[in-house]
Amino acid sequence: MAGLTDLSLTELSLAEMRAGLAAGQFSARELANAHLEAVEAARPLNAFLKETPDIALRQAEAADRALADGTAGLLAGIPIGVKDLFCTKGVETTAASKMLEHFRPQYESTVTAKLFEAGAVMLGKLNLDEFAMGSSNETSAYGPVVSPWRAAGHDRPIVPGGSSGGSSAAVSARLCAAATGTDTGGSIRQPAAFTGIAGIKPTYGRCSRYGVVAFASSLDQPGAFARTVADCALMLEAMAGFDPRDATSIDAPVPHYAGGLAGDLRGKRIGIPREYHADGLDRQLVKLWQDGVAWAKDAGAEIVTVSLPHTSHALPTYYIIAPAEASSNLARYDGVRYGLRVAPEGGSLSDMYAATRAAGFGAEVKRRIMIGTYVLSAGYYDAYYLQAQKVRALIARDFEQAFEQCDLLLTPTAPNAAFPLGDKLTDPIGMYLNDVFTVPASLAGLPAMSVPAGVDGEGLPLGLQLIGRPLDEMGVLDAAFALEARAGFKAKPSRWW
Amino acid sequence: MAIDEQMVERVARLAQLRLAPGEARTLAAEIGNILGWVEQLQAVDTEGVEPMTAVIPAARPWRADEVTDGDMAEAVLANAPAAAHGFFAVPKVIE
Repeated sequence: MAGLTDLSLTELSLAEMRAGLAAGQFSARELANAHLEAVEAARPLNAFLKETPDIALRQAEAADRALADGTAGLLAGIPIGVKDLFCTKGVETTAASKMLEHFRPQYESTVTAKLFEAGAVMLGKLNLDEFAMGSSNETSAYGPVVSPWRAAGHDRPIVPGGSSGGSSAAVSARLCAAATGTDTGGSIRQPAAFTGIAGIKPTYGRCSRYGVVAFASSLDQPGAFARTVADCALMLEAMAGFDPRDATSIDAPVPHYAGGLAGDLRGKRIGIPREYHADGLDRQLVKLWQDGVAWAKDAGAEIVTVSLPHTSHALPTYYIIAPAEASSNLARYDGVRYGLRVAPEGGSLSDMYAATRAAGFGAEVKRRIMIGTYVLSAGYYDAYYLQAQKVRALIARDFEQAFEQCDLLLTPTAPNAAFPLGDKLTDPIGMYLNDVFTVPASLAGLPAMSVPAGVDGEGLPLGLQLIGRPLDEMGVLDAAFALEARAGFKAKPSRWW
Repeated sequence: MAIDEQMVERVARLAQLRLAPGEARTLAAEIGNILGWVEQLQAVDTEGVEPMTAVIPAARPWRADEVTDGDMAEAVLANAPAAAHGFFAVPKVIE
């Protein structure tokens, strides 16, 4: 190894790893080993539900061969983590639920298949909120993920955000160069903000949902985490694309995202949605947002104020639609075809269904199934579900109208920095409020990204969110690239594990 | 919206969830809170608004009506909690 220690290998960005591999400074095998060691040493974070060193080394060796014979793909030899919501053939995929404890998919999700085809090296499967339902990664049946970050002067554990908390913690702690995530109401953007890394949720339909354990199908969208915007661009490029096996997949060409990053916002108009200035918004976030405006101006953008009048209705709309879809999607877990079965002695088929579901689902999942079942049940469907779908149309229309006046929107990613483990567990609505800035773009299906922008008074990371027009991931990435360059975010968690 | 334990039990039956003793009471309070919070949507004027059914309207072409997979009974049954003779096995349904 040309003067690079294992430790410095894990510090490299994905783009730097690609350059080093291409130049022969280190091998994919060395890169994989350095990361596997980091993963093993970081077990106190509980970020990985399953480590897959054998797969990683096999894939790294294949990457080294491809690099040697000139057939290397976009991500050849890049060590990644995979959120345990993506089915991986022959490798347990649990959705962080007891329901799927021993589930071994017989097929590969489209997104992981594309990543492996591009040469990525899988280090393991990452922890998450159970069935991706949560904003703090505390609903996992296999224990919470602990953020690598700590507030200055405190050693109490804090949350890495959720639902993709294993992904955010692992990338932030330098356990992998990048990770997959899924975002239903903010599950990529909020954890990215909480851990000082970048995360992108593309347009609904950009990345295939085939082989992703379903939560709320009209909202679920795979995306990527990495420590830089350029690295997210590389990941997304490998993950995105039309898939005939996903009925809502978009048939549109995937741009060469990383090659399109210029950070030049001249001629771009960036909208500041008035309604996101909620009363009581943390002063540090207001300041960060103002910094973001100044950076965008410095990059050449014109700033305009826009209105999204139905913003305040987005969270309640989401908390009707998402549970409704979840209750329908999770009806499949009945103890018959796969997953847990609990069959009471001498009981009927119906007893088996009810006992299996009672034993397999955790409290938050049950709560959402119950709410979803209620709002879809006879007599309540029109008042709740249909009304929510109408308000959702109004929210989407708000964005359409705003995009007549601007090209992108700039907002904070989350209303607060990461909070201590356990702080919001007894307050479901307080937990839901974490998604106040991310849910509207999810309801409208728009591409959105969080970019690390600063730290709060306790040294914990804060993120800014960019939201774009449908299919304009390039515009979102490029604006994030411009902000990233000006934010000069260098903070990283100091190793306590 | 007040949710009583009876309603919770009814919804639990619809959702095929067996409740533990006392769970209906806890859930009634929690679900009541959440439904009380989403109740605010009733005040939004949605007169003449079509419910949103697709995020990105897309007309997907029909594919050819051909068998594209199959013959994988073993894979289909690989994760079954109980299987016999190439079928899923379940508790007796008919007495």
